[in-house]
Amino acid sequence: MGVPIPPLLAAKGVRKRFGHVQALQDADFTAYAGEVVALIGDNGAGKSTLVNVLSGVMSPDAGEILLEGAPVRFAGPVDAQRRGVETVYQDLSLAPDLDAAANLYLGREIFRGGLLRPLHVLDRPVMRRAAVEAFAELGVALKDVRVPVAALSGGQRQSVAVARAVAFARKVIFMDEPTAALGVVQRARVLDTVRRVRDRGVAVVLISHNMPEVLAVADRVEVLRLGRRVASFAAAGTSIEELVGAMTGSLDQQPDNGEDRR
Amino acid sequence: MTAQDSATGAAAGPAAQMPPRAGLAGWSARIARMSETWTLAILLVLVAFFSIAAPGKFFTTYDITQIAVNAAIYLVLGVGMTFVIITAGIDLSIGSILVLAAVASGEYNIHHGGAASGWGTVAVCVLIALAVGTAWGALQGALVATGKIPALIVTLGGLGAALGLAEIATGGQDPAGAASDHLQSSLGYGKLLGVPWLVVLAAAVTVVFGLVLAGTRFGNYTFAIGSNPAAARRAGIGVGRHLVKVYALMGLLAGLGSVMWLSSYGTTSIAGHSTDNLKVITAVVLGGTSLFGGRGSVLGTVIGVFIPAVLTTGLIVIGVQQYWQDVAVGAVLVAAVYIDQMRRQSRERG
Repeated sequence: MGVPIPPLLAAKGVRKRFGHVQALQDADFTAYAGEVVALIGDNGAGKSTLVNVLSGVMSPDAGEILLEGAPVRFAGPVDAQRRGVETVYQDLSLAPDLDAAANLYLGREIFRGGLLRPLHVLDRPVMRRAAVEAFAELGVALKDVRVPVAALSGGQRQSVAVARAVAFARKVIFMDEPTAALGVVQRARVLDTVRRVRDRGVAVVLISHNMPEVLAVADRVEVLRLGRRVASFAAAGTSIEELVGAMTGSLDQQPDNGEDRR
Repeated sequence: MTAQDSATGAAAGPAAQMPPRAGLAGWSARIARMSETWTLAILLVLVAFFSIAAPGKFFTTYDITQIAVNAAIYLVLGVGMTFVIITAGIDLSIGSILVLAAVASGEYNIHHGGAASGWGTVAVCVLIALAVGTAWGALQGALVATGKIPALIVTLGGLGAALGLAEIATGGQDPAGAASDHLQSSLGYGKLLGVPWLVVLAAAVTVVFGLVLAGTRFGNYTFAIGSNPAAARRAGIGVGRHLVKVYALMGLLAGLGSVMWLSSYGTTSIAGHSTDNLKVITAVVLGGTSLFGGRGSVLGTVIGVFIPAVLTTGLIVIGVQQYWQDVAVGAVLVAAVYIDQMRRQSRERG
């Protein structure tokens, strides 16, 4: 996709070491505007580390990150968010006691104008209306955006987390296992959301263990193994066997043994 | 009933304005969900019980005034404690901060005219009390914000250290002339349209910080940090900085409490504040603020402060030993936390 334009977000030769563990060794990564790119790899392949580096949570030991072709150094996740790079965390980074609208706008509250402006008085009606719209756009039906998030179902909560990132992601959105622990219907809905976000021109990076899901929603698949990108596939032309092969390394180690899947 | 209405008006009046404006449709559901509702019910049952048990004796104007004056300082402390507990913190040191602030401002007053000191000295004394309280609170907040020491321990250390400093400064004796006569005759005994200034001040503090908690970014961050500090951090909230502010606010209000105490009693009462923390925490928790953070309201704290106050006065009026109050409040407190836990668990399952 998008052959003439540079990648929206790219990593080149990124290294990250934790004590004795070389989590990333010269890892590369690319994500283009308006595509869903799945980042897959076995446990310990370095997916989380790579996402943390790309979303500003960690800084790399070496290598560079390019945002729209220009090298960037994120000062932290908030800095990355300011530049349009959002993350939906696996462990639901919501405040369960706040309602959906307050969670959507946490850290980016809308204030009342006029004399109250310096007091940072929240304009809840505006935030609630915007929240209802944001959820409607994702096809999420929340009966009442004033209910504490803790009272919602797991799927609804995940939707709030996704909506929060989607509402503010202008360029890239990382989703770490967004459908884990969801039911069938909710899973389909989140994947719908992923496609809809992509259609707005945002690059969606999907981290998932679920291969059928990856093939269903991703446009491209990048495979990490032992801290390095080992393959990049167009999702349309690949199969689960091929992906698993690249993840585990069986493809390049035993190229002529078609029977051995491990 | 008219006496009762005026009583609840005086007690919960400031807080009654606090619930955020909402459509009439959502009101009933919201009220049923609010944890203040059942605490308010307990308060109303107590009021009704004492009014019936001692007709014409309970809820005389004198009683109401006395209850309100006694509750005023605890209310001011309780407002600060509500913020602290909503961040999932605790502050055990409030009584000691109050004493330290009282001693600091009292010593200044003694050396600048004593009981006969002028208005200028009074103003400086008030500033000293507020500054000492705020600084001590901010220091404790900074220690809590490091995340290395639990708030329980930080403020337990603060409790001992602040009281110790106050005792060192005074030799352990309450100094004479700690409060100006001006302060006592105005804030201490004065009235505004028949309402004691102490009560007016407490009501103003309650309304202002009730609105801050319910309607501003400061309040929103307070809830968010207590609810899920990691989420707050990821949302770009300066969690540590906010904790410093919250504990400093608690200190500021403890300093204000010391001014109210000095104006009301004229002495520093170094030994008289060792159970302030327990009383205030009890009131806040009775009011439905969760010790686990994330939930609570100033309105609830108002109710929580008045339950023990009404119990004490009521038991005296009906001729029961007032010490039964401690038994009753203790039992209700344990029940309140139990119910909070149940609610939390059922909610998380749902």
